Amino acid sequence: MAHRIGKQTIVFDSKPGILGYYSIAGIKEGEGNFKEYFDCILEDDTNGEKTFEHAERKIFIEAINGAIKKSKLTKNSIDMLLSGDLLNQIISASFAARELDLPYVGLYGACSTMAESLAVGATMIESGAAKNVACATGSHFSSAERQYRFPLELGNQRPPTSQWTVTGSGCTILTNRKCPITIASATFGKVVDYGVNDVNDMGAAMAPAAMSTLIAHFVDTNTNPEDYDLIVTGDLGKLGSEILMDLMEHEGYKLGKNYSDCGQMMFDDSQKSFQGASGAGCSAIVLNSYIIKKMLDGEYKRVLFCATGALLSTLSSQQGDTIPGICHLVEIVKE
Amino acid sequence: MNAETRNKKYNEYVEAKIPKTKNFPTLINSFWVGGLICVIGQGIQDLLMYLFPTMSLEFAGTWMLIILIVLASLLTGLGIFDKIGVFAGAGTIVPITGFSNSITSAAIEYKKEGIIFGMCAKMFTVAGPVIVNGIAASFIVGIIYIIIGV
Amino acid sequence: MWLMYIKAFLVGGLICMIGQILIIKTNITSSRILVLFVVIGAALEGLGLYQPLVDFAGAGVQVPIVGFGRSLAKGVIEAVRDQGVLGIFTGGFTATAGGIAAAVISAYLMAIIFSSKTKKY
Repeated sequence: MAHRIGKQTIVFDSKPGILGYYSIAGIKEGEGNFKEYFDCILEDDTNGEKTFEHAERKIFIEAINGAIKKSKLTKNSIDMLLSGDLLNQIISASFAARELDLPYVGLYGACSTMAESLAVGATMIESGAAKNVACATGSHFSSAERQYRFPLELGNQRPPTSQWTVTGSGCTILTNRKCPITIASATFGKVVDYGVNDVNDMGAAMAPAAMSTLIAHFVDTNTNPEDYDLIVTGDLGKLGSEILMDLMEHEGYKLGKNYSDCGQMMFDDSQKSFQGASGAGCSAIVLNSYIIKKMLDGEYKRVLFCATGALLSTLSSQQGDTIPGICHLVEIVKE
Repeated sequence: MNAETRNKKYNEYVEAKIPKTKNFPTLINSFWVGGLICVIGQGIQDLLMYLFPTMSLEFAGTWMLIILIVLASLLTGLGIFDKIGVFAGAGTIVPITGFSNSITSAAIEYKKEGIIFGMCAKMFTVAGPVIVNGIAASFIVGIIYIIIGV
Repeated sequence: MWLMYIKAFLVGGLICMIGQILIIKTNITSSRILVLFVVIGAALEGLGLYQPLVDFAGAGVQVPIVGFGRSLAKGVIEAVRDQGVLGIFTGGFTATAGGIAAAVISAYLMAIIFSSKTKKY
């Protein structure tokens, strides 16, 4: 049974396994550094739909169906669908669930939703509440842009601290069967706010949350950064991950070569994305392609996957509120 | 250390950490693109006065602005304007073309939410503040003129 | 005549570059820059300083959004002469009606014809 160690960490004794995984990436992401790892790369950002919101929904459905198929399961054997996205009232996840006809729990953790859903899903499997759980999240550049920022055709320049919302969706199937890759533990984060209010600098807003969760995990499990093959944050971007390294060093933990950030790795320098990628889909498609494949190959054996999220809305930032951040962490282990 | 001083220190640290970009190219781009748009405007105005010798300077000026507005709107619809905007920054935002772009881009973007509540209601999401503040400023100018009795 | 084009280029370009400097230095959105410029245009016209600028640089000061603020204020001032207090309310929109209507009509048409496209950079 799952048990709690320290203040924030849950250890899973039965080791819920990762049975299947699937990632869909947009056009720009498909030209980036992980192009060989994605299961599917869209040829058209609208995915054949009339609006970007419909497109986002459709890539959710395709990612979830793809992961189920890859796990050699049928839809009937999925007990729970845990998913969320960035749009108001998480419409992409909920409307995808409407088509999929599965018991559904909607989660909102902004860009941290992938780790959040994995942590909740693993807890469900550990408790016996479910045998197979689908954990999914995603985002779409164009739908996020029109909700959070400006019309797409507006001729403005992006500030140098900005990041690029990923178009893409990833789904992981967790199971109670024995699998080569398992979830060993999870650390649920606290909401942390260091008073950053620049909506174009999400990395700086979320880095303190990532620090808080990482330190909680190290303290709870009595480990050090060197004990892991890979520590990967969600979408802090270049600037945010440098800030995180500084913050961690200040607290006495040195993040070395084994640390990287999904957002920072996503695009190459020629793709003009300033600080890198962001969005719920960012960590989801990197986990469900590159990281899991590298773990299956045996390159990484013990990975800390820390997805970071900024829990703001357009309303809160217009009212002058600072940006609260959150970071959830799962420890993924290859047996 | 209480939260307030921690936040203050953190924000100062972040501010120092933000990469200093090379601003010079964007300044040059905004300069020459903005200047070029003004030259095009001057050219249109002179051409109109040449074609229609009876046209007053004021009429030609208004026609010139209308032509620039329609051109910018068309380029926005074709998906070209935003690419020029990324390159030129304020060079395309500050001329009247930017005003036109902000209205057309909003109209195109939000038509998916319907003609009335989408496109029409949100047409001025970006340009609205400009008109509102312009009207307010001209109102104040008018009041002052009434008071000093010009 | 060619001198006019050079002056329009230099003055227009300079106004745009000031906008770019403001965007970079103050990190404020383009909307606020435009608001600032419109108010400055109206104020300059109110002080009677705008016409000399037009005489000097022609389209260089008419095309930037500053000219929109100027037109609003100029319309109000002229209408106040003809109509008195009523002019404060009617003058601004009367003077700028052409531009605003052109922007609205062409936006309407474009929205019917085109859809927004995804960006890649």
